[in-house]
Amino acid sequence: MDHSQIINNAVVTMDVALPGVVWGWMITLNLWAKSIATGTVLVGAFLLARHKDEGGVNGIRMLIPIIAFIFLNIFLLFTLLDLHQPFRMINIFLHPHWTSAITVGAWIATALTGVIAFMTYLSIIKKETKGLYDTLLKVAVFLAIPTTLYTAVIMGEASARELWATPAELMQMAFAAFLAGSAILAFFSGRWTKEARRDLAIILSIAASLSLIMYMGEYFFSWKAAEVEATMAFVHSGGEWNTMFWAGQIIGYMIPIALSIMAIRSGSEGLLKLAAICALIGLFIAKHVWLIIPQLLPLS
Amino acid sequence: MKLGFLVDLDLCMGCKACEVSCKVENEVPLSSWRLRVKYVDQGLFPDTSRTFTPLRCNHCESAPCERICPVSALHYLENGIVNIDKDRCIGCAGCIMACPYGAIYMDPETNTADKCTYCAHRIASSMMPACVVACPVEANIFGDLEDPMSNISRYISRDKKVQVRKPEKMTIPKHFYVGGGQAQLNPQASLREEGYSLFNNITHLKHIGKGH
Repeated sequence: MDHSQIINNAVVTMDVALPGVVWGWMITLNLWAKSIATGTVLVGAFLLARHKDEGGVNGIRMLIPIIAFIFLNIFLLFTLLDLHQPFRMINIFLHPHWTSAITVGAWIATALTGVIAFMTYLSIIKKETKGLYDTLLKVAVFLAIPTTLYTAVIMGEASARELWATPAELMQMAFAAFLAGSAILAFFSGRWTKEARRDLAIILSIAASLSLIMYMGEYFFSWKAAEVEATMAFVHSGGEWNTMFWAGQIIGYMIPIALSIMAIRSGSEGLLKLAAICALIGLFIAKHVWLIIPQLLPLS
Repeated sequence: MKLGFLVDLDLCMGCKACEVSCKVENEVPLSSWRLRVKYVDQGLFPDTSRTFTPLRCNHCESAPCERICPVSALHYLENGIVNIDKDRCIGCAGCIMACPYGAIYMDPETNTADKCTYCAHRIASSMMPACVVACPVEANIFGDLEDPMSNISRYISRDKKVQVRKPEKMTIPKHFYVGGGQAQLNPQASLREEGYSLFNNITHLKHIGKGH
């Protein structure tokens, strides 16, 4: 805990027990799975547009909706499980409150899941509907952007936690989507051309670099607001959160940057897949630290 | 009508009558509090002092909890009270994350969010909130902020040292304090360590609601 702001040796000598961590690992898993799902749509659509001859990205038409469908459902499942009254989720559709990013996000994510489910059906069952698939993919890309970003607005609306500022979180969410999307697609890139794999490695390295820059900015230059400084003290002052923070940065960003640059140069599929594994593990750790530390501060 | 609260910290003696009466009136479950009184000690022996700070929902004019609630379970009443409809709450805990004052808790019996409502049910019957009635020194002052003749309005107009908690959050609280200082109103200004202290074990709850 940050002791620098304590006045006249003030110490709490009697109080009630305060709530501990409210949003825990399920929310981290929710964020992580959503990044993979939306990132797959965004990166997949980019690769499909860039390599018009599908031979370059063999099987990607089927991969995009299947991966996105699986991870969107993981995201939705854990969103539901984290609710204390999961059966009342229907109230978001019956009594929507439009100032809440939770409401807006739930509606958009549901629409995206519907589109992705239909694309999955088309790609598996009805394979001769390329025109319809392409139209739906454009809709999916359009919906994937706000789906990946809306959690940043929720975190911004959680005004008790000053560490979560909407502009910075919006960028982090976008970078996380491109990192996770390129990482998950890397596992299926074995039969793709070298150029396609190179594109994946470039996206992964850029997304990891930008994420790392954002976190380092927060780590070294977060002295403007007293509460942010007090929150960052949990990672500055050593201990488990410091260890986890650096584990996330090293495994999730630094190692993948190095490995993906090596993969770009050598064209190695193995290095790209290793970078992808590290990126997905590290992304979870980095997101978890960022989710938990503001909740460790007493609010009153 | 715009209802508000004011606590005169110079009068409060930390008897916790308000805390207990709130628990009884609103049947607040064990391990949950709508209103609590925090003790903060300051100084070095022998020059020390003890302060008492009642903490409850601020019924903000720009309430982050109302804004983030996805189903309008948290909503404004016409008299300015930020009320909660527990039957509609989905238990997402967004309000708990949004409230800068830590005033909202997850009720372990209903698994829904809950908080101080300024005893809206009593006010509807023209009664004062339970904590106001219980206070032996009238440190809790409650009334209509738009009525210049109300006790709270006269208190605010004659006392120049009226404060609110965390004004920088732009929530426009309708809960004021007279007396006291940073150590009482700013949680970062006092040391809070887990473990046995004056009469109890200051700690963090291991669970939020039931089954979590």
